[in-house]
Amino acid sequence: MSRFLALPILIPLAGAVLTLFAVRHRALQRAIAVVASVATLAMSVAVLVQVDIDGTLATATGGWSAPIAINLVADRFAALMLVIGATMLLAVLIYAIGQRSSDEGSVWYHPAYMVLMAGVSAAFLAGDLFNFFVAVEILLMSSYVLITLEGADDQIRSGTTYIVLNVLESIVLVMGVALVFAATGTLNMAELPERLAALPIGVRTGLNLLLLIAFGLKAAVFPLFSWLPDSYPAAPSPVTAVFAGLLTKVGVYAIVRTETMLFPGSLRPLLFTIAGLTMIIGVLGAIAQSDMKRILSFHIVSQIGYMIMGVALGGVAAIAATIFFILHQIPIKTSLFLVEGVVTAEAGSSSLGEVGGLARRSGPLALLFLLPALSLAGLPPLSGFIGKVGLVESGLDQEQWAIVVVALVGSVLTLVSMLKIWTGLFWGEQQGLAAERDGVLRHHPLMSTATGAVVVLGLVIAFAGGPIYRYCERAAQSITDPTSYPAAVDGPAEEAAS
Amino acid sequence: VSLALAALIFVLGSVGVYLMLHRSLTRIILGVGMLGNAVNLLIVAVGGPPGTAPIVGREGTMADPVPQALVLTAIVIGFGVTSMLLAVAYRSWTIDGNDEVEDDIHDRQIATEHDHEHENGSDR
Repeated sequence: MSRFLALPILIPLAGAVLTLFAVRHRALQRAIAVVASVATLAMSVAVLVQVDIDGTLATATGGWSAPIAINLVADRFAALMLVIGATMLLAVLIYAIGQRSSDEGSVWYHPAYMVLMAGVSAAFLAGDLFNFFVAVEILLMSSYVLITLEGADDQIRSGTTYIVLNVLESIVLVMGVALVFAATGTLNMAELPERLAALPIGVRTGLNLLLLIAFGLKAAVFPLFSWLPDSYPAAPSPVTAVFAGLLTKVGVYAIVRTETMLFPGSLRPLLFTIAGLTMIIGVLGAIAQSDMKRILSFHIVSQIGYMIMGVALGGVAAIAATIFFILHQIPIKTSLFLVEGVVTAEAGSSSLGEVGGLARRSGPLALLFLLPALSLAGLPPLSGFIGKVGLVESGLDQEQWAIVVVALVGSVLTLVSMLKIWTGLFWGEQQGLAAERDGVLRHHPLMSTATGAVVVLGLVIAFAGGPIYRYCERAAQSITDPTSYPAAVDGPAEEAAS
Repeated sequence: VSLALAALIFVLGSVGVYLMLHRSLTRIILGVGMLGNAVNLLIVAVGGPPGTAPIVGREGTMADPVPQALVLTAIVIGFGVTSMLLAVAYRSWTIDGNDEVEDDIHDRQIATEHDHEHENGSDR
């Protein structure tokens, strides 16, 4: 089974090559992309099931044994991210095909999208720091292409900021990786915890800070977030939806890994400060904005704060809550951006001042916005509530009152800014809409179907909260247990050597 | 680690950062190149003592091949990223005749709106 771990990376890469060959046949390109996405999702689910039964899976590729080879490792956390990532990419792909924007119309959209999918899978499966860097480069490179695909004026402007900032992040990451290698002589995630623990505290803290800056830039945490609300709104909605749902979460995924496996329990005061400031500054930025897409972009930042809070708290309970929170955030954020795309398709704009009364035009569309919006704010019984209760409970257990208060204030402010979108776009008199009958919508049905599917997925996470939360607890146990990951990586290596 | 190499990394890095702080995209790209190469040199410099080529059968102390594999990958990635940035710079030049990185217009609008509200002493 562990041999198949490479498939969630190889299938989309094969898809990318095939879609490149099919540039002259639009329908064929779409078919290849959808088939490759479905196959990737199926493989990811297979990995998830297998990992939950057998524990962490690992494989060494490239004909070398474990410490030198390109290691692919799937523990429960990685497998869960793999599945939710593949699901989102598939849903957004169908949405983009339905939207028939100038963006998906480009022959380069599908190849870039497939490479993005391979990069996301590779990042979650990477078994050492350098391969993680390479995977991030793969997904960043295709994201550069996707964000500037139309080559329009504002895309180039914001794309420039996005590319330069992410290149800087890569440079800091390589620097961190080089210094980790210099200090420990390995980059393998299985060997690193032990060797890092043996280092003097000063060196450890320095390495930790360097990696934290690199991943923090990717995850858009407090002092390093300003590139995100600037660049995301310029991209077309399906692209933004994927970026918002997945790309920042790759950074968070790396932070969870480094802070729980490589440097457990260090820099906690710093992480608490970052978490609190990220929540509050992000949500205050959102309240000041007057365009749905920009409000949502600031909310990405704000919600990252909750994930960092869980990492800062540490311990199985808090990490489980963090994993659940990340899991819930991905579909919620994606669906909100997809709704924004539908709104723009209907009204030509998502500016709060120009559009109004969408709820009168289409009740279901309003519902598609309202459910994830309330979930984002953390209202029961939706999935955001479960995640936040977990985080707040472990905060109370550890008597970290300050961060709990900040988290609750952040939730209230989130609700305020969601209400701002609601009253601006959906409530009140109809405004800025085409003069058609109520109930008649102009967007392609595939768009609302895909959006609906993602919203339903968010509801499933809420109503199947019990089993999913228990899975997250098992995932948290295997991350925080320092022996489980190395044991799985060393196992197949010895097999290969014998 | 040789002092000359450390000094070179320092100079490349600081020149790179200085160039990246400019508005002109061409200078930023040059800065990215400088900084990227500083880090590539760093990988080689900290990757262990120099030695003969790490080929099976060679005599003497061998250099560690892992940092060299890493730096090779990093150079290739840097090449790709630089080409992408150059393409963007060219596109920016064809659109408005310069390669300045501009401010976020929408952000400016919201900032000025808020300034006006304060001046008028009213909050909507």
